[in-house]
Amino acid sequence: MSEEKKPGWKELPEGDVLEAGTAAKFNVAGWRSEKPVWSKDNCIQCMICWIVCPDSSVKVVDGKMTGFDYDHCKGCGICSHECPTKADKRAIVMEQEKK
Amino acid sequence: MPAAAKTGNEAMAEAMRQINPDVVAAYPITPATEIVMIFAQFAADGLVGTEYIPVESEHSAMSACVGAAAAGARVMTGTSSQGLALMYEILPIATALRLPIIMCEVNRALSGPINIHCDHSDTMAARDFGWIQIFSENAQEAYDNTLQAVRISEHSKVKLPSMVTTDGFIISHCMERVEMLGDKEVQDFIGEKKAEVSLLDVTKPVTIGALDLQDYYFEHRRQMAEAMKNVAPVILEVAEEYSKLTGRKYDLIEEYKLADAEIAIVALGSTCGTAKVVIDELREKGIKAGMLKIRVFRPFPAERIAAVLNKIPAIAVMDRSDSLNTQGGPVYTETCAALYNHPKRPKMINYIYGLGGRDVTLDDLRSVFSDLQSIDKKPLFNYLGVRD
Repeated sequence: MSEEKKPGWKELPEGDVLEAGTAAKFNVAGWRSEKPVWSKDNCIQCMICWIVCPDSSVKVVDGKMTGFDYDHCKGCGICSHECPTKADKRAIVMEQEKK
Repeated sequence: MPAAAKTGNEAMAEAMRQINPDVVAAYPITPATEIVMIFAQFAADGLVGTEYIPVESEHSAMSACVGAAAAGARVMTGTSSQGLALMYEILPIATALRLPIIMCEVNRALSGPINIHCDHSDTMAARDFGWIQIFSENAQEAYDNTLQAVRISEHSKVKLPSMVTTDGFIISHCMERVEMLGDKEVQDFIGEKKAEVSLLDVTKPVTIGALDLQDYYFEHRRQMAEAMKNVAPVILEVAEEYSKLTGRKYDLIEEYKLADAEIAIVALGSTCGTAKVVIDELREKGIKAGMLKIRVFRPFPAERIAAVLNKIPAIAVMDRSDSLNTQGGPVYTETCAALYNHPKRPKMINYIYGLGGRDVTLDDLRSVFSDLQSIDKKPLFNYLGVRD
């Protein structure tokens, strides 16, 4: 694979100004060690995970939780910790990432 | 042109009023307090349309300036010494984001020991942050330099911040005759600020100041170096236009009776006024004395300095700050560097003087010129006016 041609200082926009929102285009979750796994059957659609997620990684469609964006989830586990479902019917559990 | 009696601080505050910046964020510090205090009164009285932000520290002041400038605003602040030191972390960020912030800065000794009086150690410590640095000899120059700095900094080939300095108490608190332009003349001269990008423009969202690692940081630093190279011609262009308005001519340097000088000093700021008196006196006695005043320290006008100093056999470079590097003050080392590659290098010695506001008298400067008449007997590094 040939190396990407990066702009030199003469072409580069001045002042470290970039297009906004570009993080959405990248996988920034490479260092996640545990990932949240969602069970649709156990989910009560309370939206607490969506409120607490620090990385906007809870995918919501038409007001419903539909799963996780694993390109941006860092595996912090707050969603699982805050999920109010009962112990025998967990909607979000943390699983070790496979190597 | 209306003239009024103004202190250096008042002159700078008046310049700020006439510039009418969009945002001023500042924290008071002696001897620069009055600049922003007087300006805050202008803001409170509705004489300016400025959003005045009284922040809790100079670190916050410069941070607020960066944010406001990134939003596209014309931004000013004022500070001195420890206040400037508290801004150091943010100063190079303003440069890197290419934000033309204007700072009215009053030179004051850095602690410690704690001291509130003039020397250049605060400004000199900020010399490698990519800010344009303009030194003023008196209140008139403080006023003129502040107005010109807006045009210089905002020039499309520059986009770098500027600090315009005066000397603590000597200029900041002494009242002098200052000729001022009319408010409209100032507005016409500075024009409207055109921001190429703005954080507040929701139709064109941008990220400003993202992480810039091994692959891009160097290119961005190279751009800043190029921008700094563009500054000198812009300063001359702006000075030319300003002289048409005021009759007062400015340059990167000022030559005072240098053309035929056999002995000369190099100095910055208020000391230049004192030196002119001594030089006039020596000239009357037939001694060919002169002075090179450096008005613009950043960018350092090395070629211009070399072009005028190479002809003079004996030179004393005056430093109102000490680098404590065993090799002289910053003005000395840079002046030496400017001449090193010139085929004709004069003999140059260094004087560290006036630290912590130690008075610089006519007699002190007479002694320097007297030393220059037998320069070979003097060591390279000298301290003027310190008790042994």
